[in-house]
Amino acid sequence: MIRGSRNTTDSDVSGRSVFSLGCLSNAGSSTLRLLAIACLFLFFAAAPRYAAAADSLADTSATWPTWQQWKRVLSLQDYNTRVVLLGVSVLGAGAGLVGSFTLLRKRALMGDALSHASLPGIAMAFIIASALGRDGKSLGYLLTGATVSGLLGVAAILWIRNKTRLKEDAALGIVLSVFFGAGIALLGIVQQMQYSSAAGLESFIYGKTASMGSNDAKLIIVASAIAIVVCLGLFKELKILCFDEAFAGSRGFPIVWLDIVLMSMVVLITIVGLQAVGLILMIALMVIPAAAARFWTHELWRMSVYSVVIGTVGCVLGAVLSAVFPNLPSGAMIVLVCSFFFFLSMMFGTARGVVIRTYRRRRLNRRIARQHLLRAMYEHLEPNTIGAGVKSSRFESKAAVTVSELLPMRSWGWGRLLPTIRAAQEDELLRFTDDNVFFTRSGFVEAARLTRQHRLWEMYLIAYADVAPGLVDRGADDIEHVLGPEIVDQLEDLLEEQKMTVEIPESPHGIGVPESAGPQPGGSTS
Amino acid sequence: MNKQTSSQLGDALASSESTSSAPGLSTDPLCPLSVYDLTVAYHRKPVIWDVGFDLPAGQLIGVVGPNGAGKSTLLKAIMDLIPRASGRVRVFGDTYAHNRKRVGYVPQRESVDWQFPVSALDVVTMGLYDDIGWFFPVRKKHRARALEALDRVGIADLANRQISQLSGGQQQRTFLARALVQDADLYLMDEPFAAVDAATERAIVEILRDLKKREKTAVVIHHDLQTVPEYFDHVILLNMRVVSHGPVSETFTSENLQKTYGGRLTLLDEVTEAMRRREQAL
Amino acid sequence: MIYAQIDLNWQQHDTWIVVIGILCAVSSALLGNFLVLRRMSMLGDAVTHAVLPGIAAAFLISHSRSSLPMFFGAVIVGVLTALFTEWIRRVGRVDEGASMGVVFTSLFALGLVMLVQASDHVDLDPDCVLYGAIESAAIDEVEIFGRVLPPAALILGVVTIVNALFVVLCFKELKISSFDPALATTMGFSARLMHYLLMVLVSITAVASFESVGSVLVVAMFVVPAAASYMLTDRLAWMIVLSVFIAAASAILGHGSAIVVPRWFGFESTTTASMMAVSAGGLFFLAALFGPKHGVLVKWVRRQFLSFRILCDDIVALLYRCEERETGSPSKAELADNLFASSWTLWAALATLRRRGEIAVDGAVSGAVDGAVDGAVSGDFHLTGRGRDRARQLVRSHRLWEQYLVVETSTETDRIHDKAERFEHFTDRPLRDRLDRVTDAPDTDPHGRPIPSEKS
Repeated sequence: MIRGSRNTTDSDVSGRSVFSLGCLSNAGSSTLRLLAIACLFLFFAAAPRYAAAADSLADTSATWPTWQQWKRVLSLQDYNTRVVLLGVSVLGAGAGLVGSFTLLRKRALMGDALSHASLPGIAMAFIIASALGRDGKSLGYLLTGATVSGLLGVAAILWIRNKTRLKEDAALGIVLSVFFGAGIALLGIVQQMQYSSAAGLESFIYGKTASMGSNDAKLIIVASAIAIVVCLGLFKELKILCFDEAFAGSRGFPIVWLDIVLMSMVVLITIVGLQAVGLILMIALMVIPAAAARFWTHELWRMSVYSVVIGTVGCVLGAVLSAVFPNLPSGAMIVLVCSFFFFLSMMFGTARGVVIRTYRRRRLNRRIARQHLLRAMYEHLEPNTIGAGVKSSRFESKAAVTVSELLPMRSWGWGRLLPTIRAAQEDELLRFTDDNVFFTRSGFVEAARLTRQHRLWEMYLIAYADVAPGLVDRGADDIEHVLGPEIVDQLEDLLEEQKMTVEIPESPHGIGVPESAGPQPGGSTS
Repeated sequence: MNKQTSSQLGDALASSESTSSAPGLSTDPLCPLSVYDLTVAYHRKPVIWDVGFDLPAGQLIGVVGPNGAGKSTLLKAIMDLIPRASGRVRVFGDTYAHNRKRVGYVPQRESVDWQFPVSALDVVTMGLYDDIGWFFPVRKKHRARALEALDRVGIADLANRQISQLSGGQQQRTFLARALVQDADLYLMDEPFAAVDAATERAIVEILRDLKKREKTAVVIHHDLQTVPEYFDHVILLNMRVVSHGPVSETFTSENLQKTYGGRLTLLDEVTEAMRRREQAL
Repeated sequence: MIYAQIDLNWQQHDTWIVVIGILCAVSSALLGNFLVLRRMSMLGDAVTHAVLPGIAAAFLISHSRSSLPMFFGAVIVGVLTALFTEWIRRVGRVDEGASMGVVFTSLFALGLVMLVQASDHVDLDPDCVLYGAIESAAIDEVEIFGRVLPPAALILGVVTIVNALFVVLCFKELKISSFDPALATTMGFSARLMHYLLMVLVSITAVASFESVGSVLVVAMFVVPAAASYMLTDRLAWMIVLSVFIAAASAILGHGSAIVVPRWFGFESTTTASMMAVSAGGLFFLAALFGPKHGVLVKWVRRQFLSFRILCDDIVALLYRCEERETGSPSKAELADNLFASSWTLWAALATLRRRGEIAVDGAVSGAVDGAVDGAVSGDFHLTGRGRDRARQLVRSHRLWEQYLVVETSTETDRIHDKAERFEHFTDRPLRDRLDRVTDAPDTDPHGRPIPSEKS
């Protein structure tokens, strides 16, 4: 898994088209494809059990749908199903793309405040349109109202953040709650209006994916297309904005305008998404896929692609599930599917997932302990045997170091030293017989290699002290990989002058030291 | 690299080898800080490794090294604020957790929100919170002690100012007063001289000297090489590992500095010049 | 949910609505101060949304609408929200806002799904979670200690007392762990412990409140009063006290405006809870504009005054220099050119100076209307005796500063003018005297121009 991700980050990708399904078949995206398949599989495996659990909890009449129902939905027989799936998938894609930028800009909750802030606009538009004798429920009016008050909300947030001493989070909280309060107060008035029932407006709060019409879908498609085109067109500008605002400003990029563009895209997507998933859950579509994608890669364009894919797949799956099971609200299901993906990504993501990071951390600590052990033994033996010209074959197996000699050499106690010795013994680097520790041949090779490397690093830190801290990577398997052979040669010369060279004997295996110590097969260590 | 440099490098190598394998962790209750075999790793890279030293009591100790050399990391690892991959720390012969109250910490100025609605006096009083204990309120006598500490750093007249209305130097003095009021025996200070005016710098030096007079120990991360010989008795040269440590006169040599900062350091000549002048003056 | 009565006759019912509103607002605002200061304002929002599954689960398990299981269910989930958010932030290295967004939307969605499952049995409307029903909460009655009062008031009263006790008793712990968590931890007040204690109380408050007043009001009360009082004061204790008053005021205002405002437009009253949020927003807006130290408007006005004063200073100093060089008085256009001032501000400044009797206009009868300053006259201004005194002090400050900068800080000569130009406006007599002493009372500045004496 790790190796796979390394390969992908190495490949040069700048020239490739970012948003195309073709990239799914690229060798580099095989991880993602695997992920998608695994998720799909897991989800469908888990779904029946979930439904059963819901059944037993609530004794509802929901039952596992028949094959017929599945077929109807999956084969897109209904016109309605087709419209809904098309709509939500495009929405998921647009929200995923825009969300990956807002996430990196640390504005994830801006969308939340914004979607709440749109409510008074919706209610106001309804009231005004009705008072003027128009059809208050016309989508055009409502969305115009939503956009206007959404933008007002953004303006208010920016005003509070820039002009007062309050921080962004407080600005979000204030705008969100006050605007939403105003919206609900207006809804309270709307309900008293004689001309029409305001039942339709409620759908903006919770969403009504299932009854999405072709007009809604068209609107979503147009809006998402605009958002996607703008984000791709300004990809590198937005990238630099998210990465380093100050730098972008110093290079003459119009930060304020870029920010406005990004926020407008958020407004656009949020407003069209309101109807589909509702204003409370709209933020989920912006945040969750992007946050999930972040676990799989360190590259922005990859992250955007993954985010788009996760968003699309999550939306479609959620919509399908809610279409097949009669009792599951669609907006909520979409969010739940997305957060399921998020959880999987957070756990198993190949770039920053919890599992891989815990594993790396453990491996690093183990490796540090082992390096300490092998080096301590080597240095203990060095003055009397190795340096004194004793044949290497002798101390490889015969020269022993006792544990009580090792113990004071470092800060380890018995509790840490013994497991380290045993682990090294398992990897056939050491032999451990009643209190005496011996090198095996491969263990000696490894110890010599580590000691040499350590001394080279020390030498490097001295010779290149001014540039060193950024480059020093003592955890690296092979110093040549980090520093390049010329510098290493130079350092070797310095070591030789000081008679501190470490001779590395022929490896017994011919291909380097055992795998567990983790060197790359190609690394030359002579 | 010419022959002479390389021989210097070799000596350094030998000496740093010997320091890293110097045995023992001082459990002497008089030794204010003893670090042994300390390795801290962030992500995949060790940031500081094999760091070990025993510090003498009642001295001013400067920690110097280039950016990214792990100076702040060292202080944080000593106080258990970040996990360490290996190593032990003894504070007055015992673990940090045991002797926590004898350690005063002055964090970097950027580490807190200066818009926070507290006055300079409030901030200093925070140094007494663990004396006061859970749930008990701050009393008059505590405020009086805090005011005394503010007076020592010379800004008692600003006690009731909100902290954002203090200048950078005054903020730094506030932090220092907070550490002073703790009445610790060992002070760990993370760049107290960073971005302060000349008057504050003098005031801080005065305070440090005063601490020394009262036989306290202060470990100070410092950036300005030129003032090291003037301010400190003892110096730790750190560049991911301890290059050298010891009394300033022995340790703070151009050779050691070169090993810490590299040969391309322009300040180096100035420092050697300054030191030469100082020696002649003596 | 709809408050049907229209009469403004204040009844006991209204009193209870206001009391419940105040209790809810005060209990939230107490904790809200620390949420705002710790930059966790959105956590109130997250918790109130996220408790939905807790309520639903309690509901599905107990099959009743009784308050107690729902309360516990909600509190547990509320604390879980804080835990999950922190966990995802720390373990997953996701930034705080995003991790909050992931957690609360997921939990809210889960809650919605569960509620729909339950809707066949009982009527639990997700709406009431959002809007609350403070009106109906005020109608319920429970008898306790021989007095009849709404249960919501009882619960919220207890919560308010608990929160107040927490804030008072742990005042210094909260303060230090909010201001400098690392120091708090090294001093033995675990910042994490305080964080979770706060989160538990936030959850309890949110749950207790939103059953009666809805999540909107809770979110608003967590953030808005604290933010408003943060604009008004620089002391934490005062900030808390003020936020309590602002919260109470917005509860009262909210109920009043819920009845009154819609009537102006010919409608009946609207929901009280939402109007409380709106009036809190209004109060915040006022505080943000007019806060004595940090108000946006106040700061703006102060800046304008300062630049106006500096402009006045610059005018008299310029006139003084003209007199010194004997180049004749400048016209208004020349002044505008020299001082980069717009004609309107220049006009106002000249008018002010004339009123103070510091300058006079040639040919104009003294005491002429202010309009006479305006170009009509040949445009020659000169200093009066009083104006000359002030100008001399300014020029003296300026040149002393230049001297000081060159002598004491060895600033280069071409850079001293701008600095001295700034300093001269803030230099009073004692400071000037000290400058004079430090620079050994020079006669000329570095440019060789004479430094005027303090008195003519």
